[in-house]
Amino acid sequence: MSTTKEKSLLVHATTENISHVRNFVALHAGECGFSVEDTDEIRLAVDEAYTNIIKHAYRFDESQTVTIKVTCEGDQFKVVIGDHGSRYDPETYQEPNIEERIKLRKRGGVGVYLIQKLMDHVEYRQNGSLNEIVMTKKI
Amino acid sequence: MSLFTITPGTRDEIDVLHLDGELDAHTASHLEDAFKSLISKNRHKIIVNCRSLSYISSAGLGVFMAYIEDVRSMGGDIKLTNMSAKVFNVFDLLGFPALYDILDDENDAFAKFNPS
Repeated sequence: MSTTKEKSLLVHATTENISHVRNFVALHAGECGFSVEDTDEIRLAVDEAYTNIIKHAYRFDESQTVTIKVTCEGDQFKVVIGDHGSRYDPETYQEPNIEERIKLRKRGGVGVYLIQKLMDHVEYRQNGSLNEIVMTKKI
Repeated sequence: MSLFTITPGTRDEIDVLHLDGELDAHTASHLEDAFKSLISKNRHKIIVNCRSLSYISSAGLGVFMAYIEDVRSMGGDIKLTNMSAKVFNVFDLLGFPALYDILDDENDAFAKFNPS
C-alpha cells in the first residue's frame, strides 16, 4: 500500500491502443499493491470503459483523444478516463439480459455491467465538453 | 497492439479453432471472420480451444453471443475448452457457463459432439 502522484496517459481513440491503455493502468495498480486477480479486474474495467468511448462517444473517429489518469491513495486506486465526445447518460443504463441478447444475436451491451461488477465505485461526471468516468477500487 | 491468432483445424468433421493471445475490440473481428467463414460453409460443429487465450474482454464475448444461435439453429454448437481461470472468470461474470458448453478439455468436447 502506498500513495503516489497522479500518472497520466494521452492516446488517440483507436482500438490499436487498447492493450497499451489497459496495461498502463494495470502496471500502476500492481505497483499500488493489488493482487494479480484484482489487477486483472481493473485491467478489464479500463478496457471496457476505453472501448465504450471509442465506439459510443467518438464513434470510431480516430482523430479524437482520450486521457487516462491513475492515482493510488492509501488503500484506494482511482482511474479517471476522459473524453470530449457524446455524453453517456448513466440514467439510461439497464442490467443486460444475456440470454435474451444471445437469442436476438446481439453482441455487446455488457461493458457497463462488467465495469460495475469489477470496480467498487463508478461515477460519471461532466465539466464543459469533458466527460469523465471515475472508477475506484479498494485493496 | 493486441496480438491474436487463430489456428484452425478439423477432426472427425468437427472444426477446431485454437485461439492464441488477446481477444478484445481490436482483435474480435478475426474470430468473427472465422465463425462467418465456417457458417457460410455449413460447418456448425465448432470447438474453440482457449488454452493459449490470455485475455478476453466483452468485445470478444460478444462474438460468441452473436453466432451461437446461428450454429445451434443449424444443429451444431460452439463448445469452449481449456480455459484458464482468468479467462473463465470473465465468462462467469456474465453467466455464460449456464448458456454455453464450457469444458475442461478438447477431447471432452469431441465426446459430446460424438457420443459413443
